[in-house]
Amino acid sequence: MMFRVDRDVLAEAVAWTARSLPARPSVPVLAGMRLEVTDDQQLKLSGFDYEVSAEVTLDLQTGESGVVLVSGRLLAEITRALPAQPVDFVVEGAKAVVTCGTARFTLLTMPVEDYPSLPAMPPAAGRVGSDIFASAVAQVATAAGKDDTLPMLTGVRMEIDGDTVTLAATDRYRLAVRELKWQPDQPDFQAIAMIPGRTLADTAKSLVTGAEVEIALSSVGGTGEGMIGFSSSGRRTTTRLLDPEFPKYRSLLPTEFSARAELVTSSFVEAVKRVALVAERNTPVRLAFRGDEVVLEAGSGDEAQAVEVLPVDFDGGEINIAFNHQFLLEGLGAIDSDVARLQFTTSTKPAILTGGKPVEDGGIPDYRYLIMPIRLSS
Amino acid sequence: MLPQVTTPTGKADDTGCPILHVDMDAFFAAVELIDRPELTGTPVIVGAAGARGVVLSATYEARRFGVHSAMPMTRAMRLCPQATVIPPSHGKYGAISKGVFEIFHAVTPLVEPLSVDEAFLDVGGARRRLGSPVQVAAAIRAQVAERFGVTCSVGVASTKFVAKLASRQCKPDGLLVVPADGVVDFLHPLPVAALWGVGERTEQALTRLGIKTVGDLARVPVATLQREFGAAGSHLAALAWGRDERRVTAHVPDKSIGNEETFAHDVDDPETIMRELLRLSERVAARLRAAGYVGRTVSVKLRRSDFTTITRSRTLREATDVAKEIHTTACDLYRAAGLDRVRLRLVGVRMENLRPADTATRQIGLGDREIGWREAEQAMDKAIRRFGPDAVRPASLVRKRFGPMDL
Repeated sequence: MMFRVDRDVLAEAVAWTARSLPARPSVPVLAGMRLEVTDDQQLKLSGFDYEVSAEVTLDLQTGESGVVLVSGRLLAEITRALPAQPVDFVVEGAKAVVTCGTARFTLLTMPVEDYPSLPAMPPAAGRVGSDIFASAVAQVATAAGKDDTLPMLTGVRMEIDGDTVTLAATDRYRLAVRELKWQPDQPDFQAIAMIPGRTLADTAKSLVTGAEVEIALSSVGGTGEGMIGFSSSGRRTTTRLLDPEFPKYRSLLPTEFSARAELVTSSFVEAVKRVALVAERNTPVRLAFRGDEVVLEAGSGDEAQAVEVLPVDFDGGEINIAFNHQFLLEGLGAIDSDVARLQFTTSTKPAILTGGKPVEDGGIPDYRYLIMPIRLSS
Repeated sequence: MLPQVTTPTGKADDTGCPILHVDMDAFFAAVELIDRPELTGTPVIVGAAGARGVVLSATYEARRFGVHSAMPMTRAMRLCPQATVIPPSHGKYGAISKGVFEIFHAVTPLVEPLSVDEAFLDVGGARRRLGSPVQVAAAIRAQVAERFGVTCSVGVASTKFVAKLASRQCKPDGLLVVPADGVVDFLHPLPVAALWGVGERTEQALTRLGIKTVGDLARVPVATLQREFGAAGSHLAALAWGRDERRVTAHVPDKSIGNEETFAHDVDDPETIMRELLRLSERVAARLRAAGYVGRTVSVKLRRSDFTTITRSRTLREATDVAKEIHTTACDLYRAAGLDRVRLRLVGVRMENLRPADTATRQIGLGDREIGWREAEQAMDKAIRRFGPDAVRPASLVRKRFGPMDL
């Protein structure tokens, strides 16, 4: 087996594939990256850890068919460091030789016959623009739980109803919901999937901008071993789905509020970041809304304290409400708007953060970030 | 100048000796003797008589046979079979202890309790009002004896640890002043084990170096001690010369609150163990709430039947005083310890990382009820205050009243 390819093209493909390789492989071969040159002059690079698979296909200028398995991390480091010249990859016996300009590397190959075969891509269900999909996933995945002992909360729930996709995630303390349009292959397509949050966020982040993503789903709407696949621009990823169990979140999203505050997002973010300097992890920043001002405070009497006053467009009675500063900042980062709108009822009821101009009467914004307050001691 | 036992007229040189260490003499035993005056002058041991009980307190007559507190009852009874054993009755000691501390607080606000029967007092500020430290000490001793019929011993010195050593030297029913310029003479003949912070390990290490008395220790270069004991080395050197910077602090916040239970028989049934963890969690949480604290770290102590002990702890996202949360974490820790089907002799639950409850905040979870476990447990506290300790408890801790054995 041999092939020749441009350094930039190879480095990007190898780096993308290496992302999904396990850091601590359960079996040594899973640390490998599989490289295959097909008879029709294509190079396929793939990685798999039984949960997530990644495969990228490139067109070759020169190639001789064959397949080989080498250490994925090492290959990624080497290709990143190579000079900007064509790369020659040649397998000689049990060794693979990488030559580029004046550099030459000899790598040991791994037993390719022991490598598991990648799962087949499930049937395609529809497609969506990569940019809107990537931004929607980022907005929602920020609220997904990071605690692997509660797997149900580490996922992003994807509900598909015709041409509407709803993404939702919660870690019990906040809930992010985003609706977007897509093009289903069948107009009445319906499905529910729980996608591991970290994998989905990584996949969405690595999409090529301006492209289209094809979403493929197996075991649609059912339970058990479901799988979802994303393919775009010669790259495909599959991941196993989680148990579809999820809180009944729609009833938890309040639709009526007694107070509404609008702030300039950037100055709100700056102010929260500043006062939060004196707040420990998981401790609150306290907001006191008074007429056209909001007083932000953090820290406690025994320790350092910070206070800052911001102008606010406020509609409602005087209220004090406190939030985990990290949750508030992540929400403000996700709304993707110059104006942040915070709506709430009392200091112990959920508050909703949205961005942009108010939606016409009865409308619901595309993106809602629910945040549960912190109760201060009475 | 040698230390001296003074008379209540207070002639000793107590200049620069504002620290008092007041220690009740054989406190629990002395309290029991109030109700059993006929036992005065005889060996008496207070402790639970069971096979696994320990000595809580013993009269000086019993101590002469080698009995001391924390000793297993079985051993104490072998040493002094003629002793009268009185089972502990806790309410009584608490009431008298409270009265004794009221006497202390009438003297100075600077009272640092060490336990129910022992405290440091800084009486430097009471000279004008009540007289010299020795006069104050004598007055305290007289009042305690008069109002409660029990005796205490008082050490008077310039520092806390010397005062404590002094009270020990003059027990029972004594008063000893160590004048500020007599500290070194007082300390140097004492064995090193007398120093605060010198436990069995340190004592052995010191003995290996040929250091037996505080005087020996004082003559070892500080650098040598630091090499041998690290930071504790310089502390030891300071103590050997009577230097102790620690002040009397009126209120030492509790560092942790915990309860443990020795099973009557070793237990390997996880359900029984987790039920015991529930009982202990309830007790610890009630104590936290009563003291006005919340804690962030839950720690579980598990002692196997061969006495090997492991402790496991976990720090929670937020501080709590809710038994339900403490119990959930305690059970997780027990299950993760890998002691399934291992016979346990003792289990304990402890909350560490305490802070005042009024600074605590609580992240509300999605779909949480406004009124949750915390409120339920506060309601339990109220019911228990009104109707007694058996008024409310988790159903799994209610003993089946009409089990087959009761019929």
